[in-house]
Amino acid sequence: MIKVENLSKAFGPKLAVNDISFAVERGEVLGFLGPNGAGKSTTMRMVTGFIPPTAGRIAVGGHDIVEQPIPAKRLIGYLPENAPGYADMTVYGFLKFSAELRGLQGDALKRAVHHAVELCFLENVLYQTIDTLSKGYKHRTCLAQSLIHDPAILILDEPTDGLDPNQKHEVRNLIKRMGRDKAIVFSTHILEEVEAVCSRVIIIDRGRIVANGTPADLKARSEYAGAVHVRATGISADQLAAELRNLPGVARTEAMAGSGAFADARVYPQRGHTGSITRAIAEFAGAQSWELEEMHTEEGRLDEVFRAITLPDTVKQGEETKSVEAAA
Amino acid sequence: MNTWHNIVTMMKRELGGYFTSPIAYVFLVIFLLLTGFFTYTVGNFFERGEASLVSFFTWHPWLYLFLVPAVGMRLWSEERRLGTMELLLTMPVTTWQAIVAKFLASWAFLALALALTFPVVLTVNYLGNPDNGVIMAGYVGSLLLSGAYLAISCMTSALTRNQVISFILSVMICLFLILAGYTPVTDLLTRWANPVVVQIIAAFSVMTHFEGFQRGVLDVRDLVFFASLMAFALFTTGVIIRNQRAG
Repeated sequence: MIKVENLSKAFGPKLAVNDISFAVERGEVLGFLGPNGAGKSTTMRMVTGFIPPTAGRIAVGGHDIVEQPIPAKRLIGYLPENAPGYADMTVYGFLKFSAELRGLQGDALKRAVHHAVELCFLENVLYQTIDTLSKGYKHRTCLAQSLIHDPAILILDEPTDGLDPNQKHEVRNLIKRMGRDKAIVFSTHILEEVEAVCSRVIIIDRGRIVANGTPADLKARSEYAGAVHVRATGISADQLAAELRNLPGVARTEAMAGSGAFADARVYPQRGHTGSITRAIAEFAGAQSWELEEMHTEEGRLDEVFRAITLPDTVKQGEETKSVEAAA
Repeated sequence: MNTWHNIVTMMKRELGGYFTSPIAYVFLVIFLLLTGFFTYTVGNFFERGEASLVSFFTWHPWLYLFLVPAVGMRLWSEERRLGTMELLLTMPVTTWQAIVAKFLASWAFLALALALTFPVVLTVNYLGNPDNGVIMAGYVGSLLLSGAYLAISCMTSALTRNQVISFILSVMICLFLILAGYTPVTDLLTRWANPVVVQIIAAFSVMTHFEGFQRGVLDVRDLVFFASLMAFALFTTGVIIRNQRAG
């Protein structure tokens, strides 16, 4: 549905988006991740036709967004960043206006407004003006506007920003549900959201795509992925780490800050020993004076992958020297 | 048909925006009070002993100088400040549809304000036998004048998200358009400039072109002047908005 090829955007001398290509099909939920100012919003503004690209092509449902903006825009529902709305209009008036501009009339219009109100839980504020709404309601009003014409493509710029945990949960479920038959692109910097909702993730940093894959793929890139977390009693964390280090198949171990009476250590397997290492630890533990309380293989953490990929190089180098010093 | 549907939808929203806030009522009251004050008190309507609305229309360029930018200043700067411009321009509408819709809505509002001055027409008809054709022409001229100012306000409003700056800029431009053909100024200019040059400058003034209407003359040149001034300002609005979007 959306096909982006070699997209770039320059603001003066600054390249906000640098040669990005990706595609989204029906039934996909694509998560856009990246630090603030990475170019997520700029990319979305170009895909929705608000700002023209400096270079590259965007096809929306087969229509070029620059050459044939109107048929392309018809297919898109868009929630801009910060969820703008006409301050002096009521929620109902605003949704009706959006529906009319989308070409809906008569009964179809009424049904569409009603449906969007239901989806976004706006019944209570229907006749309030937008400037009297709380942030959560304002956000959902703008979300309702993007859904009103049941678009094939949804572009949502931080759809859960400013919502309370319950509302976040609802909106995530809504996105997930709609993702079955729509092409959805949404940006966020909440990592758990990506894991919960996306079928694919693109990480953007300083205008470039630095990672593209399923959430599971990305997590596997974590250095924790495959590591075994061991929890024991009757031993200190440092000792535990030292003892486990000598097991076959172990690359290195690390004592973790323990909690209460427990000693925690993380065991990193050598390549190819990912599965067998837990058994080795269990057998070893059986012959020791300390008690093994708990053990599990870690999946890898998205936040850690995200940090590793998007931290500026200078910060990363700084952190490395610190860890070397600690090891020494 | 689709185009017209989009324009009407956006016009309705814009007009609704005037009347759901106090702006419309404050404006209408102030406009009517000021026209009354200038016509009857400053313009010596009664002392003139003339069955005409000269003392009414003479003040319009000066009244509009402040009142029209006050109506037009929010048109685009408000959209930019609220961020709704992003919403509006990612709808399946073209930029020029949005520009025309906003302009027409505000112009319709100004037309309403002007129409509400009808008691002055009734008064002059009650007191004497004025030439109502001349009065009609005056109204047409006044409407065109307000449209020209409005188009300029539209343009300055697209330049900035700050309504105050937008207001001051359009007042300055409109003031220039008045002064370039205002008799005291042109008299001053002729003392040191070639009369032909002065005439050319005056040809750009709304005063020169508004005069004919006040005398009851509907000159094609005056109509073309106002129409092209509006078209130019609205076209420039489009260029400004396009450049802003391109970054």
